[in-house]
Amino acid sequence: MHELSIAAAVVEQITTRLPGTPVSLVRLRIGTLSGVVPSAVEFCFSLAAAGTTLEGAVLEIEQVPARCRCSACDREFQPHDQILLCECGSARVTILAGADLQIASVDTAPCRSEETAVEEHV
Amino acid sequence: MCETCGCDDQAKSRLIEWHDVHDDSHGHPHQHDHTHTVTLQTRVLAKNDDLADANRRWLAERHIVALNLMSSPGSGKTTLLERTLDELGSTLAIAVIEGDQETTLDAERIRATGARVVQVNTGAGCHLDAPMVGAGLRTLQPPSESLVFIENVGNLVCPALFDLGETAKVVVISVTEGADKPLKYPHMFRSADLVLINKVDLLPYVDFDVTACVKAALTINPDLDAIQISATEGTGMNDWYAWLRRRRS
Repeated sequence: MHELSIAAAVVEQITTRLPGTPVSLVRLRIGTLSGVVPSAVEFCFSLAAAGTTLEGAVLEIEQVPARCRCSACDREFQPHDQILLCECGSARVTILAGADLQIASVDTAPCRSEETAVEEHV
Repeated sequence: MCETCGCDDQAKSRLIEWHDVHDDSHGHPHQHDHTHTVTLQTRVLAKNDDLADANRRWLAERHIVALNLMSSPGSGKTTLLERTLDELGSTLAIAVIEGDQETTLDAERIRATGARVVQVNTGAGCHLDAPMVGAGLRTLQPPSESLVFIENVGNLVCPALFDLGETAKVVVISVTEGADKPLKYPHMFRSADLVLINKVDLLPYVDFDVTACVKAALTINPDLDAIQISATEGTGMNDWYAWLRRRRS
C-alpha cells in the first residue's frame, strides 16, 4: 500500500517547509488518475502525522476529475475509468487533468498563547 | 458543521468534489480565528522526484542505461536477469540493484552469475523509491557505458508511482497470469516502455491469449513495445537483447 508512503511524504514536505509550526488542516489535491486512493491516504495520515507538528490535523481532500484530449480527433473528454479511450477508438490521448498529487495549502494551528489567553478571559 | 461546504472542526477527514471555482457566497469565513492559511502548491512526491532527477543526471553523466524491471511476484524477473547476465555479461558491464521486502536470496542468485549486485530490502515498503536507488548506485559504482537493471519489488501497483530516475521501465508479465492484467493495472502499463511476455514455453498448458494481452496493453499504452520470451528456454531473448541495444544507442 503506497498510500502510507504518500501520507509520510505529505508530513515530511510540510514539516520541512514549516519547521516547528503546528498545523491544524491540510488540503490535498488528488487526481483520479494519480494512482492514489484518497480513503487509503486518510487511513494512513493520522499514523504518519503522529508525533509531528501535524498530529491531530484535519485532512481535506479535493478529488480532481480526469480530463483528456484525444490525439487522433482532438476531442476533449472525461474518461469514465482508468482506461483512457476516446469515443473514436483511439487510446493515444494526452492527460489534461487528473494526474494531480499535490499539497494545495495548510492552515496553521491557533497560537498556544492566544488559546491560553482566551481560556483565562472566560 | 457548515451546511454548505460541510467543513467541520471535529471531522478528521473530508472528501469533497473538485470545483474550478469555489462558491464562498454562503458567507462563511474560511479564515478561522487565529489560523493562518499557507499556500504550498507543491507536489507530494517532490522530494522523490528531485532525487530521481539527481539519479538521472548521475546516470547520464556516465552514459549508463538503467532499466526498472517491474512485475507481479513470480513472473520470472530474476530468471530473466540470470539468463541475460549469462549471455551478455562477457561483452557488456551489467550491474543489478535487487529490491525485495526481505532476504538476499535474489542477490545471491545474481552474484552467482559473477555480476555486481546490491540488495535493497524495503522492509514494510512495497516499492523502491529514488533515495533507495541512489544509495544502491553509489554503492555499486557501475562503470561508464554500463547497463544497470533495477529489479523492483514484485507488485503491479505501487512501483508505477515512484520515479527512480531510470532510463526506461520494463514490465514483465508471465503467461501463467491473466491476459487481462494490462486492463486491471493500467497505471503500470501506461508508465511502461516495454512489456515482456515471459514463460511462453508454457503456452500449450495454460489458457493465455497472447494477442488479447498485447491488444489490452496497447489499449492502455499505444507506444508500448511487446516481446514474447521464455527466460528458461531462451525463446525471444535475441529480440530482448536487440531492444536493449536500441536503448543503449
